[in-house]
Amino acid sequence: MKILVAIKRVLDYSVKVRVKTDHSDVDLANAKMSMNPFCEIAVEEAVRLKEAGVASEIIVVSIGSKAVQETIRSAMAMGADRGIWIDSGEAALSPLTIAQLLAKVVQAEQPSVVLLGKQAIDSDDNQTGQMLAALCDYPQATFASKVTIADSKATVVREVDGGLQTLQLALPLVVTTDLRLNEPRYVKLPDIMKAKKKPLDTQTPESLGVSLNNSVKMIKVEPPSERKAGIMVPDVDALINSLKNQAKVL
Amino acid sequence: MTVLVIAEHDNQNLKPATLNALSAAQQLGGAIEVLVIGSNCQAVAQQAAAIAGVSKVKVSDNAVYAQQLAENTSQLIAKLAPAYSHVLAPATTTFKDVLPRTAALLAVNMVSDVMAVVSADTFKRPIYAGNAIATVQSSDAIKVLSVRTTAFDPVSTSGGSAAIEAISDLFEAKQTQFMGAEIAKSDRPELTSAKLIVSGGRGVGSKENFAIIYALADKMGAAVGASRAAVDAGYVPNDLQVGQTGKVVAPELYMAVGISGAIQHLAGMKDSKVIVAINKDPEAPIFQVADYGLVGDLFTIVPELTAKL
Repeated sequence: MKILVAIKRVLDYSVKVRVKTDHSDVDLANAKMSMNPFCEIAVEEAVRLKEAGVASEIIVVSIGSKAVQETIRSAMAMGADRGIWIDSGEAALSPLTIAQLLAKVVQAEQPSVVLLGKQAIDSDDNQTGQMLAALCDYPQATFASKVTIADSKATVVREVDGGLQTLQLALPLVVTTDLRLNEPRYVKLPDIMKAKKKPLDTQTPESLGVSLNNSVKMIKVEPPSERKAGIMVPDVDALINSLKNQAKVL
Repeated sequence: MTVLVIAEHDNQNLKPATLNALSAAQQLGGAIEVLVIGSNCQAVAQQAAAIAGVSKVKVSDNAVYAQQLAENTSQLIAKLAPAYSHVLAPATTTFKDVLPRTAALLAVNMVSDVMAVVSADTFKRPIYAGNAIATVQSSDAIKVLSVRTTAFDPVSTSGGSAAIEAISDLFEAKQTQFMGAEIAKSDRPELTSAKLIVSGGRGVGSKENFAIIYALADKMGAAVGASRAAVDAGYVPNDLQVGQTGKVVAPELYMAVGISGAIQHLAGMKDSKVIVAINKDPEAPIFQVADYGLVGDLFTIVPELTAKL
């Protein structure tokens, strides 16, 4: 059984976000970039399914400029077997375009399970997995906190607003990962060395027959309004007094 | 121009999040229709029809829609969508699941988490956990939008008398079966619409210790929330998580207890009107966004607060 994992390179979660002075975008110059944390969880889940004997091969795909090759190598160090880099240059891609590109890869590779992070921590869209499922006409299990695959079926526990929901889905399917699905492993140096030798194939939007149309244009990016610094209160009585008489929220 | 708002509900009651989405719809201009998809959900349709400003309610009431599975509902919405300029729904987990699938079926992009309507085609939305606000313009013929509920005041639940129209299209994908749900039952206010929230973090230390958070919340009539750390540690269930990828809240009062204030948590609560932070670490980043900060041991402060309120 093949698993395809789609991953994204994003601004590292620990880096302070700075908006460019011309308000055109967030400033990523010389910033530390990493694999999106939800994508890391997706890779980890695939590797665990392989270790458990459920999956036989893990293919990891990423879209972007040359730098995403490094992110693909990180996934290989975690345990992915081979990679596909879709070279889209520096173009800003919409989730629909990304889903269209990934659908072509799904068509060619015919995986039983496609794993993606539920959202990327830069654009915060939470769309790509669902769109890919629609384009492939696959069932979808979003926001997964537990995935079990047996007898050609997937049983997925999902995190929903009210609590947890369990679905059973036929393969092939799309799964998007939530935070508590697993805790990604730390990679060891020998694995990083091994990852350098794993096969990495290059594709382009042209080779996949997808045109890059973005119908949602970014007009500007601004910093959020800052909260004014508050005051420190010495004790509980002062806090209650402030909330009742100053803030008037109690 | 007619706008379609899809109702968030549990087959019995229309959820308040729908009222916030309707508020965003009003800012777009044009007529507003509501779509209710469910099973034995006529009561929801009637509640929607009573809302001022709703011109029509379409209801698709069938057992196949009981769980509102995305594979089914996305096809129904996509079938109806071409009659509308905009399709909106609140950014709840239901519609985070359904709307992108719908948009892909329509071959359009989607705008997630709209927090301001600039014009009928231009919207503001948070990116990077709310550390930047993007203004985006959509040229799609049908604009599919999810709405950040805390950014729009709810519309009134009364004053309208819209006609209710039954929709008979059925879509049933057999590949997905609903197996069960563990839905938290609570007498406390719902987190996303609560006026007051008491939230606990890693500093609370254990599931048992969370009792003091519940006690304070009950004394105040508040909802209970939590940081990711508290949920990951198993102190409380996932449905209490506030943050970038959990629930986004904006109550009148948000009391953060034993929460350090990671940016991912701040993303879910920094639009609260008044923020109180109680933490033993005076350097905790939560104090930088708090209106009132109290440094000290939460195990002394919280019971004292509960007793004195």
